[in-house]
Amino acid sequence: MADPSSAPVGPSRPLALRLLIAFGYFWWEFLIGDTPELFMGGVAAVGVVAALCIDHRVRMAVGFLFPVLVATLLTSSVWMAVRKGR
Amino acid sequence: RGWRSAFEGAATALVLLASLVTALGPALVHYVPLSVLRLVVGGLLLVFGLQWLRKAVLRAAGLKAKHDEDAIFAREVEALSQSPVGKKRDSTGFVVAFKGVFLEGLEVVVIVLTLGVASHNLGLAAAAAGAAVAVVGVVGLIVARQLSAVPENTLKMGVGLMLVSFGTFWSGEGVGVRWPGSDLAIPVLVAFYGIVTWALVVTVRRALAPTGAGGMAWSEPGAPAAEPMGEPMGEVRG
Repeated sequence: MADPSSAPVGPSRPLALRLLIAFGYFWWEFLIGDTPELFMGGVAAVGVVAALCIDHRVRMAVGFLFPVLVATLLTSSVWMAVRKGR
Repeated sequence: RGWRSAFEGAATALVLLASLVTALGPALVHYVPLSVLRLVVGGLLLVFGLQWLRKAVLRAAGLKAKHDEDAIFAREVEALSQSPVGKKRDSTGFVVAFKGVFLEGLEVVVIVLTLGVASHNLGLAAAAAGAAVAVVGVVGLIVARQLSAVPENTLKMGVGLMLVSFGTFWSGEGVGVRWPGSDLAIPVLVAFYGIVTWALVVTVRRALAPTGAGGMAWSEPGAPAAEPMGEPMGEVRG
C-alpha cells in the first residue's frame, strides 16, 4: 500500500497543503503507481463498453466483449514489462 | 520498543478505519445512484485487481522477484531497534503501528465498502471482513508454521483474479451491460481470467527461457534474486 508519508512534500509548506499533497499522492500511487497503462486502459475499456451499451440490442453481446478487452489490457501490460526487463 | 505504544497505535488505526466505514458507507448507499456506485467501485476494483494480477503473473513467470517477508521483517526490526525508545510513550512505536494497521486496513475498508455498497449490503460485507480477520487470526495461531509454506504469490494471484472478475462484472452493470446468466457470469469471468493468467505465465516463461536462467529477471530492492527459469510451474498448477 502506498505510504503518504513518503509523498514529495517540503517541510516549509502549510500543513493543510502538505496533507492535501499527501492525500493526492496516496491516490496517485494507489490507482496509477508504476502502471499508468492499466488505469488508462481500464478507463478506456469501460468507456468503449459504455458507448456500445447505448444501443440496447447489443448489451448482452457486450458482456462477451468486455472481458476480452480487459484480458487484452492485462496481456499488453505484462508484455510491456517483459520488454522493459530485456 | 514496548507493546503499549504499539497496541495504542494499532487500536487508534482500527477505530479510525471503523469510523470511515460507518461514516462513508451509509452516505454512499443513500445519496449516490446505484449505477454510479457500481461503475465507480467496479472500476476501482478492476484497476486494483489488474495491478495485483500483473505483479503476480510477473512473479510467477520469474521476471519479478518474489517477496521474502522474513527478510523484510528482519530488516524493519533492525532499523526500528536502532532509534531511541521513549520513556512513557514511544512515538515511533505508536506511529509505525498506526501506519501499518491503517494503511493495510484501508485496503480492507476499500474492499468492504465497494462490495457492500455495490450489493447494497454494507453490514454483511463488514461482518464478513470482521469474520475473515477473526478466522485468519485463529487459523494463523494454530497453523502459523504450515501457513508460511503456502505460496504468497498464489494467494495474491487468487485475490487479483477475484478483484478483476468482480470489477469487470460491476463496472459492466454500471454502464448497462446485460451479463449472460446474470450473477452466474461471475464464476465464468473468474474461470476466463484464470485461463488467461495461466496462459500468460506459461508464455512469458517460454519467452524468457532461451536467454538463460534468470537473465531477464529484475529484483525489487532488498528482495532475493528471481528464481531460475527452469523451475517447475508449481504455483501456477497449484
